[in-house]
Amino acid sequence: MPINVISAGIATTIQDLGRPGYYHLGIPMGGAMDRLALRTANLLVGNDEGAAGLESVFVGPELEFTRDATVAVCGAELPPKVDGEPRETWTAFPVKAGQVLSFDFLKSGARAYIAISGGINTQPKLGSRSTYAIGALGGIDGRAVQPGDTLPLGNAVKAVRAGLSVPAALRRAPSSPAELRVLPGLYWHRITEQAQNGFFEDTWKVANEADRMGYRFQGGRKLEFVEREQPFGAGADPSNITDACYPYGSVQVPSGTEPIVLHRDAVSGGGYFMIGTVISADMDLIGQLQPHTPVRFVRVDMEAALAARKDRAATMSAIREALS
Amino acid sequence: MAKHEVKSPIPGTFFRKPAPDQPPFREIGDTVARGDTIGLVEVMKTFHEVKADADGTITGFPIGDGDPVMPGQIIAELD
Repeated sequence: MPINVISAGIATTIQDLGRPGYYHLGIPMGGAMDRLALRTANLLVGNDEGAAGLESVFVGPELEFTRDATVAVCGAELPPKVDGEPRETWTAFPVKAGQVLSFDFLKSGARAYIAISGGINTQPKLGSRSTYAIGALGGIDGRAVQPGDTLPLGNAVKAVRAGLSVPAALRRAPSSPAELRVLPGLYWHRITEQAQNGFFEDTWKVANEADRMGYRFQGGRKLEFVEREQPFGAGADPSNITDACYPYGSVQVPSGTEPIVLHRDAVSGGGYFMIGTVISADMDLIGQLQPHTPVRFVRVDMEAALAARKDRAATMSAIREALS
Repeated sequence: MAKHEVKSPIPGTFFRKPAPDQPPFREIGDTVARGDTIGLVEVMKTFHEVKADADGTITGFPIGDGDPVMPGQIIAELD
């Protein structure tokens, strides 16, 4: 018994934890931009952590349920309503057959993850139900959810307690300015010492070009490059390199002006130099940044990056513990 | 008549005109009906129309053309 989509917001997509293993062929990992939020929402409704749910950006959908289910909304503060009655985020609540789930105006964050008991049961593509819209892969016919769609549900795997809730201390919200930790990369030597320092000193702002492929930032000083004769295969601009692989989280700065952090649906390679890489522990946070949010990049070394990853894993373990 | 506030559901950059070389969708003093477009919000490389959610006469635009807008921010006041 499916869910009927009455309205879909501006960019609601089916996402699970993605399809790693094809990036070298140009097919990105995809999956939820805020992985902790999707995992947590799934745990709240008794699903496997990697079950498919909905990722809604800024505006939530209106969904009519045709069977009883448990629902949880994690990530952005996008207040859910059942037949117009408010419900809590980060908390499991029941929705009965015939009821409509809708959402109020976004209060903070950018992406809400909606998990439904049983999970969304569309046909996996290359091992994942995640929607990769520009590659027309996954989801429903490779696209975002639209009004009139029906979302098939799987069978609930585990009984759940309505009212189960994530303790407030385990819900991460962006600080202001948000801080993104960056490990300088292979091409660090391409910019001057002044530019290296300036990148971390300046306060940047999230631009309107901020989506599943990448997040663009504006407002910091232009990077000055160390002069060189461009190597074979590199373009004429000093920000060009001989084509190379782009890691998830890498920060490219075309022409040295506006840094772009590549995210889950990123292109896998190209000819722009990368100043470094946002550490894996901070990638979820990027998915919760609204346009115009002030952001500082904070320089870290590998040791700090690994310690942060361990902390992040410990938070996820604490959430599992709290919800078990 | 009661005052009504039209709010943007999304963050981005607010525009009162459909294109830079065209006149604004609506001016102060214009009457609008529910569903009429009042402005655009640009975000994620696309433009989204913000529509009036009530009938009325526009008494003010508390936000400028090209200004940043946050979700729930008032973009027009109706009487």
